Parts: sequence; structure tokens; C-alpha cells
Amino acid sequence: MIATENFVQLHREDNIVVCRKRAMKGLEIIINEQGITLNDTIDVGHKIACKSINKGDKVIKYGVAIGSAMADIMQGEHVHLTNLQSDYIDSHTRTGVNSQSKILHSILGKQT
Amino acid sequence: MNAYLRADGRKGIRNITLVCYLVECAHHVARKIVDKCDDDSVHLIGFSGCYPNDYALTQLSQLIQHPNVGAVVLVSLGCEGFNREALIEVAIKAKRPIETIVIQQSGGTLLATSLGIEAVKKVQAATPIIKVTLPLNELVVGTICGGSDGTSGISANPAVGFCFDLLLKDNATCIFEETGELIGCEQIMAERAVTVELGQAIERAVHKAENYYRVMGYGSFAPGNAEGGLTTQEEKSMGAYSKSGNSPISGLIKPGDIPPSSGLYLMDVVPDGDPLFGFPNISDNAEIVEMIASGAHIILFTTGRGSVVGSAISPVIKVCANPETYRNMSGDMDVNAGKILEENISISTVGDEIYQQVIAVKNGQQTKSEQLGHQEFILTYKQFVPTGPSCLPTR
Repeated sequence: MIATENFVQLHREDNIVVCRKRAMKGLEIIINEQGITLNDTIDVGHKIACKSINKGDKVIKYGVAIGSAMADIMQGEHVHLTNLQSDYIDSHTRTGVNSQSKILHSILGKQT
Repeated sequence: MNAYLRADGRKGIRNITLVCYLVECAHHVARKIVDKCDDDSVHLIGFSGCYPNDYALTQLSQLIQHPNVGAVVLVSLGCEGFNREALIEVAIKAKRPIETIVIQQSGGTLLATSLGIEAVKKVQAATPIIKVTLPLNELVVGTICGGSDGTSGISANPAVGFCFDLLLKDNATCIFEETGELIGCEQIMAERAVTVELGQAIERAVHKAENYYRVMGYGSFAPGNAEGGLTTQEEKSMGAYSKSGNSPISGLIKPGDIPPSSGLYLMDVVPDGDPLFGFPNISDNAEIVEMIASGAHIILFTTGRGSVVGSAISPVIKVCANPETYRNMSGDMDVNAGKILEENISISTVGDEIYQQVIAVKNGQQTKSEQLGHQEFILTYKQFVPTGPSCLPTR
């Protein structure tokens, strides 16, 4: 279990916990009786692994799969767009590879 | 006795006069009329397209006879494709005073604007004011999430779900929506359906949404969702889903369908047939408009990143999921659900607070977005086939 006020586990089968209070880089937290130092600052609403997750494993939140790990994820690591992908439909960001950014690159005369 | 009894028997919680433009070319004149009336109860709505569309006609037909609406002024350029005669007929049948300004027949912008202002005064004077009580079993409440983040699904959304369960115990009608934001939740929703056939229809509706969004190239997932900690569509879906509470699902409706009886309804907002007109709903207010067209008196809007919108016609109660956002934008928020995360306050306590807000707003209390003058409205092209019989409960 999580011995910190910064994170909350939503379901006992989850392999991630959700940040409910901003947690600064370097903060020591205890997950499953193991001390872990955060490598990144984690903002409210973001999630970290509370168990190690292998590439291809399902990431579990609310007790259900919310996608698959694209890389091995260590306990305490930020779980987000770089290591988790949807099993349904890709997510996008403002700067992601999509038609909008290609158009912008062509307007700005950059190589795509 | 704070509700308004309409001549067709429906009861509204506000007494709105609509000024409705029927093509973008009439938008400016319609806006000038509304601005010059300088009356918070005169709201601007309309449809920008010049090509006729059954969906747009259905939505505007339902909106001009919404129980919160007392009277209507239509603003037409004159040559557009919209079937304004059909709208006039709807208003007359629903006994709503209606006047029509046709700009090309009125001598242009200035004359049409002054005629429009007179028309607003005329229909307002012709609106009978009969105050009654609106019992909860006649109340329709819709819910939507906008600007969701990683807190939405663990604070504001389940609190709204708790409020929905309370309202449903009072035999109110509750609507949740955006099948594209319920991708991944289709099986659990199907299990909550009151009949097997309805469950199958819900699964088909979500699969349609998944296919539609795939063709569009984007899921219903904005960059701000990711900045707020959400990573995947199904993660966002699970959070959105919790707005629906735990009650059985009574029916599956399409935009503009009026629920035939009390209960919890899922609105299928994704067009039928081949993807034709682009994204199902281009922004949050498009979904709000559809729930209002289906009779919603009040909208519960949950937000994590911080939306500021309200709506024309029906009040929007904003429930803020993220405590940091609440501190930053409290002037726009009606309920702080972020305290669930920071102060260990239970979901049921905040759910009850939302329920009390619904009753207060029903009884006339203004929401923050109403006080700030938010009256957003958007209506675009879509196509639907009528709702099948297996989707609706028998009376």
C-alpha cells in the first residue's frame, strides 16, 4: 500500500496510483513497504506505477485496463504518453505527429 | 412556485426569449437585436449553414419549444435553405409566441435590427406568466465533462454520479452522453441496461463511436487531457463513465429525443451512417445543446482543467474536480469537488452538495456562468436515423 498523502490507489488491483497533491522530484514515498525516490515532479491527476510493469502488460486503473505499457515501467515511475498507449485509439498532443503539425511545419518552412 | 407553466403543459425553470438566426448571414443582425435588448433573459441561438439538414431542424424545433423558453424571434436572411415555415409551425403548435424577421424583406441591417427589438418586446408581452412548482419527477438533468484531467474521474464525476442516483430516487430524468467518451465501457454499461436488447443497442452505439472517431483520426481526447494526467481514451472514458452513477440505464436516446418516462438515459451523439460532416461534436457546447434539445432543464458540467462555459436556454452548474484549478478559477465554479482529494471529504458529501445546488438552481438561484453572462451555443451538421424501439422503455 501507499504510505504517502500525495497518492491514492483507486482499486486494489491497480498497478498505478494517482497523484492527489503535487509531489516534488526527490520526494521519498513508500510503496508496498519499499522506499522510492521520485525521479520527476508529479502533478495532480497524473499517475505513477505502484508495481513494476513489463512492456506489453496492461496498465490497470479503477480495476480495469486503460491501455498497454510500451516499455518496461519501474515502480514509482511516471506512467504517461511515453510508456502507455491506448488499446483502442491513439491519443494526441498539440505537438504530436499529426496533420496539424505537418501543416505548421510547411507554413514555417521546416522539414517534417 | 418558481417554475413557468407553458401552454403545452411543460414546466420550465427559466423564462427565456430566444432570438434565433437561421443562417450565418443573419447572425450579426440577431446578435445586435440581443445586445440592444440588454436583457439577460433574451438568448441568442442559431444555425450557420445555408444547406438544409434534418438534424439541425430537429434540434431547433425542440429548442424553441423547450420548457425554459417562453417566446421566439426568428431572424432569417431570406434566401437560406433553412425551413423557417416548419419552425414557425412548431412554435404555434407548442403555443409559443413567435415573430419572424426576414432581413431581405425588412430593408437591411438597421431596419431589421429595430424590427427585431420590437418583435422581442411583442413576444415577451404575449408570453403568459403562470408560476407553478416543478416537482423533481418532472425535472430533466443532463451531465457532461469538459476539460477533463486525471482528477475528474475520482472527484467531480463520481460525485455527479452520486447526485444522479439521488435524483433518480426522486424519479427525475437524467441524461449522460458522448458515446465516443465511453469507449471501453460498453460492456459494463450494457450490464446496467434494463433489457438485453437495450444492452445490445448500447454496445452497438459505442462500437459506432469507435469506428467514427477512428475515421476522423482523433479520439475525443484533447491535448489538455494529457497535460492533466490522462493518457488514453479508455482511461478518460472510465472517468467520464462515473458521472452516470449506479442506477439502471432505462434507455438510449438520440439528440432531440425527449425521454418518454423518468429514468437514466444514455445519449448517442455520434451520427449514423458513413462519417459525413466531420467530428460528432466539435466542442463541449455542441453536446450541451443536444441535451437541452432533449429537454434538459439543468446541465451538470464537470471540469478538471477549468472550463468557463455556460449555455443558452438552460443553466449550467460547474463542478470543479481539481483543487488547484478551483483555487485558480473559483469565480467560475459552483461546486468544489477538489476537496474530495485534499480534505478527505467523501464523494457522497459532495454528491449531496451538487443535489442541493440542482434544487436551488431549479428554484431560481443563478449559477456562476449565468451570473457571468455565459450563453454559449453551437449547432452543426449531423445525420441520424430515428431511435429504434428497443432503445426506449415502454410507458
